[in-house]
Amino acid sequence: MAAQVSEVLQQDYRLKEAEPEHCPGPESENAGQGDACNGCANKDICESLPKGPDPDIPLITENLSQIKHKILVLSGKGGVGKSTFTAMLCWALSSDEDLQVGAMDLDICGPSLPRMLGCNSETVHESNSGWSPVYVADNLATMSIQYMLPENDSAIIWRGSKKNALIKKFLKDVDWDVLDYLIVDTPPGTSDEHISINKFMKDSGIDGALIVTTPQEVALLDVRKEIDFCRKAGIKILGLVENMSGFVCPNCKGQSQIFKPTTGGGQKLCEELVIPFFGSVPLDPRVGKSCDEGQSFLDGYPESPASLAILNVVERLRDAVGDI
Amino acid sequence: MNVESTKPPQSLRDIQHIILILSGKGGVGKSSVTTQTALTLAGLGYKVGVLDIDLTGPSIPRMFGLEGHSIYQSEQGWIPVTKYEDGSGSLKVMSLGFLLNDRGSSVVWRGPKKTAMIKQFIKDVVWGELDYLLIDTPPGTSDEHISIAEELRWAQPDGSIIVTTPQNVATADVKKEINFCRKVNLEVLGIIENMSGFVCPHCAECTNIFSKGGGHKLSQDLAIDFLGSVPIDPTFVELIENQKTEGSNLVDLYRSQALFPVFQDIIKAVEKKEIPSRVSN
Repeated sequence: MAAQVSEVLQQDYRLKEAEPEHCPGPESENAGQGDACNGCANKDICESLPKGPDPDIPLITENLSQIKHKILVLSGKGGVGKSTFTAMLCWALSSDEDLQVGAMDLDICGPSLPRMLGCNSETVHESNSGWSPVYVADNLATMSIQYMLPENDSAIIWRGSKKNALIKKFLKDVDWDVLDYLIVDTPPGTSDEHISINKFMKDSGIDGALIVTTPQEVALLDVRKEIDFCRKAGIKILGLVENMSGFVCPNCKGQSQIFKPTTGGGQKLCEELVIPFFGSVPLDPRVGKSCDEGQSFLDGYPESPASLAILNVVERLRDAVGDI
Repeated sequence: MNVESTKPPQSLRDIQHIILILSGKGGVGKSSVTTQTALTLAGLGYKVGVLDIDLTGPSIPRMFGLEGHSIYQSEQGWIPVTKYEDGSGSLKVMSLGFLLNDRGSSVVWRGPKKTAMIKQFIKDVVWGELDYLLIDTPPGTSDEHISIAEELRWAQPDGSIIVTTPQNVATADVKKEINFCRKVNLEVLGIIENMSGFVCPHCAECTNIFSKGGGHKLSQDLAIDFLGSVPIDPTFVELIENQKTEGSNLVDLYRSQALFPVFQDIIKAVEKKEIPSRVSN
């Protein structure tokens, strides 16, 4: 049976006003009972929510227990190439037939990963052992909300609590089986999705995060915030990659900086914050084209400078999680 | 949904037009389009306000060279930062970035807190008289978008300008955003295709880095007006990044940019719709 997104979620709750300064958290053990709860308009709602340690976390840990390495792909900024990079990582890793790879798309409102992996119109099926992920190749499993939409263009107009519930489902009820790598693609920002994935996977252990940025300061500004989030949340930063850095004109071979690194770009940021710099990937129009068509850029243009740079990042990443 | 009143917020009383800048996709240039629209409008002598509701990744303070400024609280509410004032034109800016102590620190907020902040941004900012209020948004169709749509429900906004880049991966997300607008009854004024082609500074050959024509095709498919294509122009990025060291004002500097006429045309296309002013005379 094909799973539909409208049927899978439990009841949503909604707070009447923002959490007060010392809110114990609506889903925490002390919800509705803290000092800050007296007089808070949300008191009744919070009190009625299920209490205690989340009973689903041991189930998540159990479900993910056969996954060796779990890597998040993060960036504070949108459109820097998180999904592109996740797709590249998947193609690169799964080209080794001995590796089992999984890719999970946490971007609920703007899922791009299925299109890039060429499986945009697939649907998810439910079986006794949970939801089966969509297989792009024998050793590449993927999961995204895109597979559950009634139509490809349907808008998912959801507040955070509902998104969290779906993310939990992805971790708890998807039959990931045995994997060497689970790569998690995330939306931009530092909000519900990011807090939740960290909370839900705490016991399973996240190897760390790969941070993606572009060279200009407007992007680095948001990326700094994401790094700050990782440090606060205790997520290890495996390394940072600078995407779309430099452009070689296909006509005259002249080089230009489209997104100018006026403040030193990714490398300088890494030095400043003491993070491993995994390298720069040049802007190549064929990358975007391959992604639109759901083809592997690495297979299509193996000799291009962008491919070589990407493969180098993959090596560094495998090294960082202790796989090679 | 518990709606307290059906009256538009007092703070928006003297604002003639309210336009949202939306896109399902991140990094397509919402903030850059917002900035350039604001600079063009101010340069043409309008009073403009810019409200940034991207709470976890505010770019607007950087775009206007206003990082490090802070917001003052008056008896009436928050006073936005003034970027420019000259004769009839003016430009005021409000963003969460002005309320943070350190530019590198993250705002890790779940939905309800974001909702409350947006409510405050709509109700408590002292804009005064404005010709245009431009609202810059984060990517997606989630808390921020639902909240702003609810807050503006009775405020009769003009509608939204949708920004996309040409490639399919972007237009797919943008379609979702347009479906969102339709669901919440927000008028779509038109589509702008950003990053449409890059002219090589060495040989003047135009390369379509993120392919070409996706925005135009989208507007045809969905019967929405196409407002214009904006090419990639590194001199605009330079202008933004170097404004601190330049003596003259950003609004004046922008008038001599190659993109200024492009945005003049976009504004003409929006004005042609003759949307009645929210303020009854």
